[in-house]
Amino acid sequence: MTKNINLTLKVWRQNRSRPKGGFEIYNAKDISTDMSFLEMLDVVNENLIVEKKEPIAFDHDCREGICGTCGAVVDGQAHGPQKETTLCQLHMRHFKNNETIVIEPWRARAFPVVKDLVVDRGALDEIIAAGGYISAKTGGPQDANNILIGKEIADEAFNAAACIGCGACVAACPNASAMLFVGAKISHLGLLPQGRPEAKKRVMSMVRAMDRLGFGNCSNETECEIQCPKAISIKNIARMNRDFVKASVS
Amino acid sequence: MNWFIETFRTSIGKKLLMAITGLGFLGFIAMHLMGNLTLFAGRDAFLAYVEALHGLEAFILVAEIGLLVFAIIHVFMGLTLYLANNNARKVRYAVQKSGGGRNIGSATMPYTGLVILLFLILHLNNFSFADVSDDRTIYEVVTATFASLGYVVIYLVAAVALAIHIRHGFWSLFQSLGLNHDKYMPAIRKIGIAFAVVVGAGFALIPIYLNLTV
Ligand code: HEM
Ligand code: FES
Repeated sequence: MTKNINLTLKVWRQNRSRPKGGFEIYNAKDISTDMSFLEMLDVVNENLIVEKKEPIAFDHDCREGICGTCGAVVDGQAHGPQKETTLCQLHMRHFKNNETIVIEPWRARAFPVVKDLVVDRGALDEIIAAGGYISAKTGGPQDANNILIGKEIADEAFNAAACIGCGACVAACPNASAMLFVGAKISHLGLLPQGRPEAKKRVMSMVRAMDRLGFGNCSNETECEIQCPKAISIKNIARMNRDFVKASVS
Repeated sequence: MNWFIETFRTSIGKKLLMAITGLGFLGFIAMHLMGNLTLFAGRDAFLAYVEALHGLEAFILVAEIGLLVFAIIHVFMGLTLYLANNNARKVRYAVQKSGGGRNIGSATMPYTGLVILLFLILHLNNFSFADVSDDRTIYEVVTATFASLGYVVIYLVAAVALAIHIRHGFWSLFQSLGLNHDKYMPAIRKIGIAFAVVVGAGFALIPIYLNLTV
């Protein structure tokens, strides 16, 4: 049932040129509960533009939960309070009339704030560049599917491959660790026959890249798995640990 | 050798060191508790246990050196990780809410660890380096210590801190070692909680019992 609600937003504002930012308070009036969180921000921004104020900068692209571009910490949780949901797929019906919502960017030393809610997640790209790929051409779907694999392996690889690289795991981790992201990539590629030849090299260089980029260390708090919009399991971190040990001793 | 040291300088390597040394401590804690339970059987049973331990002098020496090395690694690595993790998020969140993964154990590892470390120094000073003679055996030293309510309280606090540390540490070490599978992880999690409760209750009851009865 559609209804309209009023909200108070406490939003982090920060300029690229300034090392420090702060919270600004905005009123979001007459927000339809059928809107997504980003559509709600669009409404607030339209009003800011009318008032000749700088709109709130936030990242977004597909708005259908598949690209991994959006994301902010809403009331202390990455992508907000709804489990297995990206910010663009979070609907305003999950909020109450007259509620105050606190919106902050991902916070990690490895993710510097670019502007307001936009952070630079290039560190994740650097980790991928260190080995998150398969060098050999596997051909079209026909060729790749020529090597049969078991259903269990396919399912596990798929769970890991669902990672959209949004960085929520880093944002949710009390230690700002990127291990769920890296574990997911290691699993996704290493479980499949085409990725196996490079598995050893991959885990060694991706882990080292991760360490170099200033992420924290995993202490098995499991917040990443719970706040991940794709519910990627920490079993992928265990697999990475295992593969890393195997690669180190062989 | 270079690859060996390099391995333990990585994030995963450091976690492995925490896990291996933590596992060693869990083994020690289990033995130590079982031995100390002889205190419930009275003076003679306890002294017989202590006698038996001293009979294994060479084994005890090796174990003690091993535990000391493990302790240095665990404390030093724990501190390194704590500092690095704080450093990984310079600007904190104004609001941070757990999705339900964090628990009292996981959120307090460095602090319960510090309590255990401080307690350990006191504990070794109380008992391991105590002066004992034929008329004042280690049993008398122990009972005299626990006659003081202050010591009983300190030992209770340490037992609770240890239980909280193990509540997270037990399953966490398996995850760190790469052992997490639906087949056995639910069981490991349950055993970890049971282990924490038994260790906490066991070490807490000894001083209470001795304070009340001796
Ligand atoms: C007999 C006493 C102790 C036992 C049985 C014990 C056991 C453990 C275990 C099993 C872990 C989990 C390792 C992992 O997650 O892979 C752990 C982690 C930890 N321990 Fe201990 N420990 C003890 C004493 C201490 C002391 C004295 C300190 C520090 C002063 C300490 C600090 C830590 C810290 C900070 C962690 C978390 C490391 C991380 O995940 O980043 N522990 N401990
Ligand atoms: S905008 Fe693409 S996942 Fe949210």
